[in-house]
Amino acid sequence: MIEQNQIYGIAAVLLFCVGLHGVATRPEMVRKVIALNIMGAGVFLFLISVAWQGARAPADPVPQAMVLTGIVVAVSASAFALGLVRRLAGLAEESAAEHGESPAAPPKEDPK
Amino acid sequence: MSMILPVLLPLVGALLAFIGTRRIGAVGAMAFAVATLGASVLLTVELWHGGPQLHMLGGWPAPLGIALVADGLSAMMLLMTAVVGVFISGYALAYFQGEASQRFFWPLWMFLWSGLNALYLSADVFNLYVVLEISGLAAVALAALGGSRPALVAALRYLIAAMVAALAYLFGVALLYAEYGVLDLEALGALAAPGLATTVAIALMMLGLAVKTALFPLHFWLPPAHAAAPAPVSAALSALVIKASFYLMLRLWFGVFDGVVTFGAGQLLGALGAAAILWGSFQALRQRRLKLLIAHSTVGQIGYLFLIFPLVSVPRVDGVSAPWVVEAWAGGMFQVLSHGFAKAALFLAAGVILRATASDQLTSMRDLAGRLPATTFAFALAGVSLIGLPPSGGFVAKWMLLKAIFASGQWWWAPVVVLGSLLTAGYVFMLLRFAFKPANGPLDLKPVSKVMQVIPLLLALIAVLIGLNVEGPLRLLEIGPLTPFLPQGGGR
Repeated sequence: MIEQNQIYGIAAVLLFCVGLHGVATRPEMVRKVIALNIMGAGVFLFLISVAWQGARAPADPVPQAMVLTGIVVAVSASAFALGLVRRLAGLAEESAAEHGESPAAPPKEDPK
Repeated sequence: MSMILPVLLPLVGALLAFIGTRRIGAVGAMAFAVATLGASVLLTVELWHGGPQLHMLGGWPAPLGIALVADGLSAMMLLMTAVVGVFISGYALAYFQGEASQRFFWPLWMFLWSGLNALYLSADVFNLYVVLEISGLAAVALAALGGSRPALVAALRYLIAAMVAALAYLFGVALLYAEYGVLDLEALGALAAPGLATTVAIALMMLGLAVKTALFPLHFWLPPAHAAAPAPVSAALSALVIKASFYLMLRLWFGVFDGVVTFGAGQLLGALGAAAILWGSFQALRQRRLKLLIAHSTVGQIGYLFLIFPLVSVPRVDGVSAPWVVEAWAGGMFQVLSHGFAKAALFLAAGVILRATASDQLTSMRDLAGRLPATTFAFALAGVSLIGLPPSGGFVAKWMLLKAIFASGQWWWAPVVVLGSLLTAGYVFMLLRFAFKPANGPLDLKPVSKVMQVIPLLLALIAVLIGLNVEGPLRLLEIGPLTPFLPQGGGR
């Protein structure tokens, strides 16, 4: 008979793979960021399933602490990624407004 | 106390640079950079005389608390980071003079430094994940500092690759915890036994770290990100950041999973390294933009590091590791050092040329030998070390690797090492050919600060001079049980 935590563990592996597939195949950046979060959810679900120590025993707190830390990291990394995506979209709008000015010039090293 | 200082000092410097005004922030951060160098030297001296150091944060012992451990390998990485870091900081002080991005450079750079130092001292797989993320996020933010479209696209790609890598690593940590119930490196090493979960965990962790180290064919994010960043950032990313994840690969492979990893797995990593040497060096030869050339050269030079794995991961006879293990290990570590100094010198010198000629095209590098002699000399010296000409650090690295290759009978790596050196010579001489080309018209070079011209030269000199003192780094590496130097071989 399959245990409850094993169901979660298998689901976690599936989530991780679905997310990885999304990151690899989706060209849109926002979708990639969402797919990364699905991957992250897979890892966190797996850690939670690891914490299970039987129906009557209390859960192991160490994986839960790892999930909390992991969520903090994932949230800040996602926020940073979305910030970069927005900045890029802003730049695209600016260059579209300038109309015709192609951004194909060799990249200046540090334009202000 | 001396264990915490290399992590704490740059962290305080970062906070100070973040809240301080532009000028005070920069000068304060520079002061903390010098202090960090002092702290790293102090820790190395203590290690040299007193052996490996252990510090338990908050006084909590290992299973519950977080332990910091310093051995010879950690000290060497700390010291290289500190020396390159101080030079990069000094260069950045001149480079960012009066620029708006200076406001963001200093806090991010000091955070990165603090994260790297914490990585070299952490002895717990989860804590290592956290510091890997801290240094990774700071590195991506630094890569985006230019603010141009190519820089942002490259940074975003770098960030996504780094996040996938970190999640793969974290999944490996979760599997290890599920299997063994410990996170401490030493405890894991004592428990680790062959098995499906362990194999998958090692594969996931090594895969994630290989992405971060830009091992072929997972290097796709590196050239655009390293080429589009401002010069001091490119230097830090290429010389230091990718070495941190490589260090962690060494630590896990030889320090923790020593008894689990197989000969075949070592050969696979070596094969990827060999492919990296050939592909990266060949691509560098085809580049027409200066910084892209140097970035591709990093992909190639990183390949040499991975020859450690097949040479050291060989079966032991009667519990004694093979006699060539010392050479292989020393060769790899010398490659870490010499590439660190030489690549920082190259990227910083490229920054001088970009400032002076306002162009990234190799063809615009005309008559530089006459106009910017110090910078051209830095290119030549760093190139000598990359190619591996005596007496440079790069020569020692390649010589030791070749010795180990022949002693081990794994002759198939030898042509790769030689061919890689030839290709490297090809792009180094191509660079110099452009630099020595006479100008066919008046040149309009913008003035570049003297500090920026001298620092690449000093770094390139170090890359050459470390080849003259092989004993020192080797004695340092022997300190501590985590290196495979001990005759009983690897392990703890």
